Amino acid sequence: ITFLTLHFLSSPAIQIRFILIQNRAGKTRLAKWYMQFDDDEKQKLIEEVHAVVTVRDAKHTNFVEVRLYACLSCLQFRNFKIIYRRYAGLYFCICVDVTDNNLAYLEGIHNFVEVLNEYFHNVCELDLVFNFYKVYTVVDEMFLAGEIRETSQTKVLKQLLMLQSLE
Amino acid sequence: MSDVVEKTLSALPSLLSLDSQAGAGKLSPSSKLGNLIKGITELTSKHEEETLIKKELESIKEQVASPNTTMRQMKEIMVRAIYCEMLGYQASFSYIHAIKLAQQGSVLEKRVGYLAVSLFLNETDEFLLLLVNTVLKDLQSTNLIEVCMALTVVSQMFPKDMIPAILPVVEEKLTHPKEIIRRKAVLALYKFYLIAPNQVQHIHSKFRKALCDKDPGVMTASLHIYLQLIKENPESYKDLTGSMVTILRQVVGGKLPLDFNYHSVPAPWLQIQLLRILAYLGKEDQGTSEMMYDVLEESLRRAEMNHNITYAILFECVKTIYTVHPKSQLLEKAAECIGNFVLSPKINLKYLGLKALTYVVQQDANLALPHQMTIIECLDHSDVIIKRETLELLFRITNAQNVTVIVEKMLEFLRLTCDDYSTIDLVGKVAELTMNSVFSLGGDVMQPDIPNNFLRLLAEGVDNVEDRQLRLFAVDSYVSLLQGETAKLPQRFLQVISWVLGEYSYLREEESDPGSVMRLLARLLDQRHTSTETRSWVLGAMTKLCSSPVSVALARDVCERYLYSGSLNTVLRQKAQELMILSQDTKLRARVLPAEGRLESPEVDSSLSFLDGYVSDALAAGAAPYKSPHQRQEDLVQEKALSLEPYGLSLPVSLSSCSITDRRSPTLLSMSSGLSGNSTELSHQEGSTTLKLEGVKRVWGKDGYLAQQQSAGETPTPLVELPSPLLSPQSPPSQKPSSGLEPDQEKRQLASSLFVGLGSHNSVCLVRLPSTVWLFIKNCQSANQSNVVKSLFKPFYINSCQSKNHGSFVKVSGIFAARKSCQTDDSCCFPPQISCISGSPLKEVKGHSVSVCLHTVVMKRASVQVELAGLLSYQRPLGQPQAAQFSLSLSLKHFLRPLTVSTGDYGKMWLSFSHDLKQNLRLVTTEHQEPLTATLDALKGKLHLHVVDIIGSEGIVACRLLQGPGQGQPCLLHCRVHADSLAVWLRSPVPELPDSLLYHCQKALTET
Repeated sequence: ITFLTLHFLSSPAIQIRFILIQNRAGKTRLAKWYMQFDDDEKQKLIEEVHAVVTVRDAKHTNFVEVRLYACLSCLQFRNFKIIYRRYAGLYFCICVDVTDNNLAYLEGIHNFVEVLNEYFHNVCELDLVFNFYKVYTVVDEMFLAGEIRETSQTKVLKQLLMLQSLE
Repeated sequence: MSDVVEKTLSALPSLLSLDSQAGAGKLSPSSKLGNLIKGITELTSKHEEETLIKKELESIKEQVASPNTTMRQMKEIMVRAIYCEMLGYQASFSYIHAIKLAQQGSVLEKRVGYLAVSLFLNETDEFLLLLVNTVLKDLQSTNLIEVCMALTVVSQMFPKDMIPAILPVVEEKLTHPKEIIRRKAVLALYKFYLIAPNQVQHIHSKFRKALCDKDPGVMTASLHIYLQLIKENPESYKDLTGSMVTILRQVVGGKLPLDFNYHSVPAPWLQIQLLRILAYLGKEDQGTSEMMYDVLEESLRRAEMNHNITYAILFECVKTIYTVHPKSQLLEKAAECIGNFVLSPKINLKYLGLKALTYVVQQDANLALPHQMTIIECLDHSDVIIKRETLELLFRITNAQNVTVIVEKMLEFLRLTCDDYSTIDLVGKVAELTMNSVFSLGGDVMQPDIPNNFLRLLAEGVDNVEDRQLRLFAVDSYVSLLQGETAKLPQRFLQVISWVLGEYSYLREEESDPGSVMRLLARLLDQRHTSTETRSWVLGAMTKLCSSPVSVALARDVCERYLYSGSLNTVLRQKAQELMILSQDTKLRARVLPAEGRLESPEVDSSLSFLDGYVSDALAAGAAPYKSPHQRQEDLVQEKALSLEPYGLSLPVSLSSCSITDRRSPTLLSMSSGLSGNSTELSHQEGSTTLKLEGVKRVWGKDGYLAQQQSAGETPTPLVELPSPLLSPQSPPSQKPSSGLEPDQEKRQLASSLFVGLGSHNSVCLVRLPSTVWLFIKNCQSANQSNVVKSLFKPFYINSCQSKNHGSFVKVSGIFAARKSCQTDDSCCFPPQISCISGSPLKEVKGHSVSVCLHTVVMKRASVQVELAGLLSYQRPLGQPQAAQFSLSLSLKHFLRPLTVSTGDYGKMWLSFSHDLKQNLRLVTTEHQEPLTATLDALKGKLHLHVVDIIGSEGIVACRLLQGPGQGQPCLLHCRVHADSLAVWLRSPVPELPDSLLYHCQKALTET
């Protein structure tokens, strides 16, 4: 128990560990990491998250506190939870600290999707596939340094529009 | 400010739609990225994907190495490299080029370069050092976009050692005139603080400046830093309590610009952040806590709207209330709030309720009492997460009386899910801890299988870290128990202790002297209270432990006493004899009690061997080989893991059913997807394009279906709007096209499919508010038309839907057929045509037979918007039955009517209504009117409100939510001009009404 606490203190206190967008088949549509992982760990995590999230149905909560085996070695993931939400065939997942406010992140996801919807004008999976690099820009506008940076849809869209005008 | 936003907003759709159409279209056929993505989606196996991407990477490699590649091409190549990396294929050769792109590219190329860098590299990557100068240059750029990009990349990853190089420039940005730069700079400093706190020590005063920044966004960003600082050292920041309280009060009171609203809740994430900070500040500090009671209470009161985000605030607020110095009044309210969570039918809220309850029962176990039944139900929930949380809760409320039931429940749960490691872990801990407190209370009356089960739990499982921890934890806690007074411990518990110590003491060997456990056990033997049975357990444990010389000596001591001092119990004598012999003969001991064989039970192995013949016979006869439950579970897991295959069934199906340019494909992201398990926000969705096709029956019973009428001929039957009962039994159509269905049945089908989905928004709401909409949909059919244009028989579709307010009804009419879709044949039928119904009955309908379905729409509760969606089926002569979908939004304002009251009545009503909401709205300014009058007039015109009175800078307004002719639920508005905004206070007896109305007020004023 002491060991866990120590480790927890030594890891940076950022809140969001990663953001993942996957489709039902497990294809990654976006993967943004706010913590250091090596490539193998990332792939393992992606698979783990997919396995955990897709078996859950609509009657279940949108939160999973689960140990992710990829990081068993560092014992860290026991302290985290995945907050996910499904939109059509896509799962939007955010991994945060167990002490974080579940609903706040759940709505954070929704806010993000609303922005995407506005930005892509009725967004569909194909928009995200073909414009994945733009989606990363949206993520960077709304989440930064592992925190929710901007929640005002008007402001995000304004900024995105400005960037868009460059192209 | 808001004007700018408005312009931006109005410009957005056109710009974005242009872009996005071009985006998908441009990419798919021609570009290399488009080809790559398309190529990958068309593949069917992981292997093919690998081959394709390997090829792609080869070509990328070639291109990046070529000196002829321009930066522009490089940008395009980099995007492809990012795509490959995202799919899990390493493109490490491109990292250096990503940095180059960020260094040398134009703004746009730079952006892709930075993006690639932030996705490819880790904080510790040495490549990052190459980026430092570029970042520094961009930070000093005059181009805002470049500065923004540099700050973004810095906040994501920056080599710790290089922070001093750019710190001064980032600090400088704190005073930048643009708020977005200031915000990003604050976040960059936050990131620096996280990775190297010492380096930013000196700029604490600047953080304070950021906290007081005139832009709320910058202030919000600085709170991240403060949350961290206060969490680590609350004492040094107590002086900030006042400011935090003030900020929260302003936010809650709606003083922030409307930009910050999310679903008409003012800056919810900011509120949550502030509540967290207050929790840290007020923890164990009465003085500080007292400063925040008022604002906490206000937060609780304000967050009443039925939306996830308000629940998020409520949850945080409850957490804060329970963290700070307690105030009974607040605790009561918080407990009530938790109760609402627990009782909520929404699983997410129930879960959070349980979680909160788990937390608060530590302070007052009685809080769980009202929820016993819910808790028990949750134990049987299909979601493991809920079960686990429930067990955690049960564990906290365990006492001597309920322990048996709870432990039974836990064991039952354990038996069912014994393959889920995480569950075993939790239950193990719970049972473990419970046992300690419980064995000592009621151990002897417990059924013997409970301790047995517990021991099995400890012994089972793979020798992994958790099991080891659990066992070590058990051993440690038992050792400390034995060191205390043991006389009162129940015998059965002592037996458990002996067994556990015997088996697992080796886990703690390194940290204590080997004889200590032996001595404790020996002490147990000396005590008079220890029963014979327990003694034999103790001796058994000692046998397992006597490996070191100290223990051997101790063991001999004990044995001599038992063997020679005349103990009459044969079992004890036998055990002592065993101990004696084994402790002296280490070789024999190693064979009898092998150290590594602790986990297995040798009898089991040997008892199975004699079955070998039988098993092989059975196998030869075709029986399936035996699999242990554990193995079976593993197989199951593997099966599940198979679905990880990126080319599972779902992808090809969804892609084949939609072309790439078809944006309204089955993969359309439905914003209001019911699958996400949250239906609250549905009613707040504006852009929802999805038809809800289930759940209609629940809302639309036969009551909704009121009447039908059909007649043939060129003159329309005059139709009069009549109350439903009178309209119902009308004559069936005299001439009916070749429809196979009975007209009545057909209509019913139509009716049910027509109103499909409306209720599903509200299926979860608790309050049933019958507000009524009269809906007219006419299905016209015509025959004997000879002079109609022979034209294409276009599929009939809906080209417009309208709704009009009329008296005490909302009339929805519309659903037009394409006007030119006609046929000349005598027996033809026109596609159903529905014309606008105005106040008088059906003037426009000429030459068609008309049928009217009259339906009552029941809205269960006030919400911003409801979607009416349905399916209209029709059949052409000799044709197949066809169907057309339509959907139509009905907003709250269709259900609003003015409420005429006197000022006196208004006052009385005002005091009696309990649900209220305050918010600042925009004032409408016109040339020839007072702003207040102009604003109220605008509201009156758009939302059918009744302006009761205007006195000076205040105005009172009233309206009612339509429930049927002549009935309604009132909502009162009190408006006051405050600086250049309108402070509106809404009150109503209906909880959701103020919120929804406020939303429409905002919208109406923004549109003006």
